Amino acid sequence: MTASVSTPAIELDSIFKSYGRTVALDGLSLVVGRGELVGLLGPNGAGKTTTIKLLLGLARPSSGTGRVLGAPLGDRGTRARIGYLPELFRYQPWLRAREVLRFHSELAGLPLADRSRAIDEALARVGLADRANDVVSGLSKGMQQRLGLGVALLGDPELVLLDEPTSALDPIGRMDVRAIVRSARDRGATVVLNSHLLSEVEQVCDRVVVLHRGRSVASGRLDEVVGVGGVRLRVTDLEPARRQALAEFGPIVVDGDWLMIQPLDRDRIPEVVAAVVAAGGRIHAVEPGRGSLEARFVELITQETPASSQATAALTTPGAPPTASGRP
Amino acid sequence: MIAIGRLTVNELVRRRVVWVLAALSIVSVGLVGWGLERLVTLARADGADELQIRIGVSQILILIAFMFSFVLAMTAAFVGAPAIGGDLESGVALAVLARPLRRADLVLGRWLGCACVVVAYTLLSGLLAIGVAILVSGFGPPHPVLALGFLAGQALVLLTLTLALGTVLPSIAAGAIAVVGFGLGWMAGVMAGVAAAFGVGLLGQAAEASRWVLPSDGLWRGVIYGLEPPLLVLLAAGEAPRLAEANPFYAAAPPAPLFVIWSVVWIGLVLGLAAWRFDRRDL
Repeated sequence: MTASVSTPAIELDSIFKSYGRTVALDGLSLVVGRGELVGLLGPNGAGKTTTIKLLLGLARPSSGTGRVLGAPLGDRGTRARIGYLPELFRYQPWLRAREVLRFHSELAGLPLADRSRAIDEALARVGLADRANDVVSGLSKGMQQRLGLGVALLGDPELVLLDEPTSALDPIGRMDVRAIVRSARDRGATVVLNSHLLSEVEQVCDRVVVLHRGRSVASGRLDEVVGVGGVRLRVTDLEPARRQALAEFGPIVVDGDWLMIQPLDRDRIPEVVAAVVAAGGRIHAVEPGRGSLEARFVELITQETPASSQATAALTTPGAPPTASGRP
Repeated sequence: MIAIGRLTVNELVRRRVVWVLAALSIVSVGLVGWGLERLVTLARADGADELQIRIGVSQILILIAFMFSFVLAMTAAFVGAPAIGGDLESGVALAVLARPLRRADLVLGRWLGCACVVVAYTLLSGLLAIGVAILVSGFGPPHPVLALGFLAGQALVLLTLTLALGTVLPSIAAGAIAVVGFGLGWMAGVMAGVAAAFGVGLLGQAAEASRWVLPSDGLWRGVIYGLEPPLLVLLAAGEAPRLAEANPFYAAAPPAPLFVIWSVVWIGLVLGLAAWRFDRRDL
């Protein structure tokens, strides 16, 4: 089934999923637009992997509805347009890297004439061109994860679901993966990156959705989720009486020579600098900043459930596109 | 389904399963040939007539076939149990089933690949053993193709059971259940023969019913019938036909056509049930 590209890439509405008495998803609603690069964040057991599995039809929701690329959850044909890197990234250990890609290109239904080119592209993209004929069991974990990424990106799918894509990679490998993920987004693919590595999500994603106990507790652009930004300035020769002139910008915290104003719209930082100079201060350093994602993340997941709902409401920018929501 | 079947055969070749089976076949057939040649030579030296030798060779072939059927059951269990169960446990199945592939195609493709290897192993090893027996003794079974067909059928039944169990159980448990099932089925067949010989109706009916639940032993009777000389059947029928039924290595007749049809249907039903159940399973 091919749906219009005007439909979101992912729409989940009040999805519940339980495994026996364990609730994995508790009324999750989520919308991801076409071409977005979204990070699913959450502690272990938050429901990230279950969400990915539902999108692929590997598991079925206990209740609730959803659509992926315009088709109902579990639609077999739609899976030809999705690339997936599982958290465990296990591939037939006795196959060569190129053979794994050939097998998946056949399963994905790539036209026969396009397969060799697609395989070569995938190998080059993930830096395995010179290891194409190595058996999987002979590849390091990091290389196997790169191979998995190549499998996921094979044939340039419309939707790419990556479950912990850098868990086995060294810093250079992680940097490579970030570049690969961005390039997938740049060619128009929707990418959902599932991770508990906050820095990874922070560096690569346009938007984050924080899951906790199977629910979305926060969603939006990173700045929205983390909170409004601020600025730190190292200032000397500024008399305390004249410092009050800066109060119009926001709450001021003084720490020795350092002044911190937060919250503060980033666009107002030049005005602050001008005001400090006008007040007679000498500026030695200006550090635009924002709250820490880690701090905000910990705050979100340690809140009690009712408070989480409030957090979701607080973090949703009024008038912003309905990108995600908490429990309805 | 074809891609999965091809992958399965490729896997069994690359993981040396096929080569190990081939090497074991050559070694075991060599030993069978050597043993038969010695027995026949010694029997002839002792003045045994050709009829006695012919019956003796057929009984030894049946015993060898019985041991081979056990080896086949183990092979089917070792090959079939991890075919899906192992992929689920290792996580390999996740990437495969995220593709536009029906889960039934995975089940059928895996079965098809394993079945090709198991049937090829059965036919090649069986033909080799029968050929060697003819070469060293001068006597061969009356219906070798029928015997090997039933032997392959028995292996397919056990492969099907193991593979189906592997879709819902850990692969070790699936393999163990299939091997135990094979043993229990054979014991039920022996009990059915004993019950028939001594006229214990209820036991006979229960044992007979077990052959319909798991058709491996019923197919085994076809292997025996294909290997035993017709003269032996005639002699048993004339002397003590009911008592002969108690011999677990004797069959008065091949399995009924209805039973053969049921065996084919059984394989289809179990595979279908496995595919249906697997389709509803969360991974």
